[in-house]
Amino acid sequence: MHLTRDEERLLQGERGDTLRRAMEILVALGDIYGAERLVEIKSAQIAGVSYKTIGDAGLEWISDLDGRVAVPSILNPAGMDLLRWREMSIDEDFARKQLEIIDAYRKLGIMIECTCTPYLLYESIASRGDHIAWSESSAVSYANSVIGAMTNREGGPSALAAALVGKTPLYGYHLEENRVPTHVISVETDVREYGALGFLVGRIVGDGVPLFVMRSRPDRDDLKALGAAMAASGSVALYYVKDVTQEPPQYEPSACEHIVVDEEEIMSVYDSHADVDIVALGCPHCSLHELERIADLLEGRRVSKELWICTSRRIAESAPETVRRIESTGARVICDTCMVVSPASERFSHMMVNSGKALAYIPGMCGIKASFGSLEECIDAATGGS
Amino acid sequence: MEIKCHRVSGGCAGGPALVTRERISFLGNVNPETGMVVDPSHELYGRSIAGAVLIFPGGKGSTVGSYVIYQLRKRGLAPAAMINLRSEPIVAVGAIISDIPLVDRVPEWILDVKDGTWVVVDAGRELVVLPDGSVHV
Repeated sequence: MHLTRDEERLLQGERGDTLRRAMEILVALGDIYGAERLVEIKSAQIAGVSYKTIGDAGLEWISDLDGRVAVPSILNPAGMDLLRWREMSIDEDFARKQLEIIDAYRKLGIMIECTCTPYLLYESIASRGDHIAWSESSAVSYANSVIGAMTNREGGPSALAAALVGKTPLYGYHLEENRVPTHVISVETDVREYGALGFLVGRIVGDGVPLFVMRSRPDRDDLKALGAAMAASGSVALYYVKDVTQEPPQYEPSACEHIVVDEEEIMSVYDSHADVDIVALGCPHCSLHELERIADLLEGRRVSKELWICTSRRIAESAPETVRRIESTGARVICDTCMVVSPASERFSHMMVNSGKALAYIPGMCGIKASFGSLEECIDAATGGS
Repeated sequence: MEIKCHRVSGGCAGGPALVTRERISFLGNVNPETGMVVDPSHELYGRSIAGAVLIFPGGKGSTVGSYVIYQLRKRGLAPAAMINLRSEPIVAVGAIISDIPLVDRVPEWILDVKDGTWVVVDAGRELVVLPDGSVHV
């Protein structure tokens, strides 16, 4: 890989050990994937925040770094609500370690906002055509597909290295020629829950680039759910929806695999949920519009089961009245974390979700059963249909 | 005997070879508190990777594996050096953050090196140094 003289100096350690290591990570990845050079990035989003996922080793590594990020950088969800963790029955040891991790990131100049939907907080964090280094799989998918920015699926350490240097190796989805569709997915039914469609299609296309042709018209919340599910059940980083998202670059339709998805297949993702003991919404984190929809659906009801609604702190704080309406039913609006990366999920036995991403991860990461339902079915299950 | 290789993570270290033809997922295959391979289905099951020159095709699995390597290093249980046919991001990043020499792009017969052979990995000079007669033929 070609390096500029300044980049060579960083690699030789002339500006300290932290930047040397960060450069080593970027150069190693560039070599592995055949990048010609590094490219400047507009922003970074860093996964590896929950103590549950990175443990003491991750905490030690981050704590040993010494420096400041070079571009606006934001975090992925932590393992608990940073303020209301006691209400989530998080134990003191976990909370102490989690707060140490947050503090270590703060010292590096990273914005302490723990969310999988950074694009809902700051419009300026990524625009069409920007190179960025994001590492939350659903945020990567949204940035590439809906915003039209360019990012690979970064690991936690590589996103952090990119944030410190302000650059990332130019390969993969940073190059136009890798952004062409590999699959054409014809959806022959009106889609109600895009998370179910995404869960199904992610398993089919793996790490491909699907182009959807469908008669229903997903909005931004739907696209968020669709991309998140495909990134979890497969490893999709980029997709297109004809006439809804940006157009793909020129491609050869005959080189694509053609797949037809019907109503029955989508319905196969839905599951019985008679014995659920918790219902969780907000994976990825709820938008303001989704919080309002949930508040409306809960109007006049009381929850009979645990109901968590996960969102970013900034969104919750921007809508105190909506949060109050939701919480007056006994449901909780939980910030900074989600049902997948928090150990709090582990004390239940069966979780109901409207997220294809949570459906893919909950059984393995939390060791409990997960079932899928529509938003309305989830609210009904939590309120006992009252 | 010296063979050319490609540097992924810098440094120079030697140790007894521990060789496998199977890929390794540090998350799940290796216990970070003991340095032992704990996955019963892995060829190296029951062996310790601490202090060895670990020779394997490459890594697999979750990116958290990078942090497992770091944890091994902090506990003094990491391999002294690692050699891959082709490194991938998880092992590469794990080696870099842990200051473990790691090289790749070596000939495939490296997987025929006898276990326990003293191997030196000089990542700075992009060389692997082996004694003569160290390879199964």
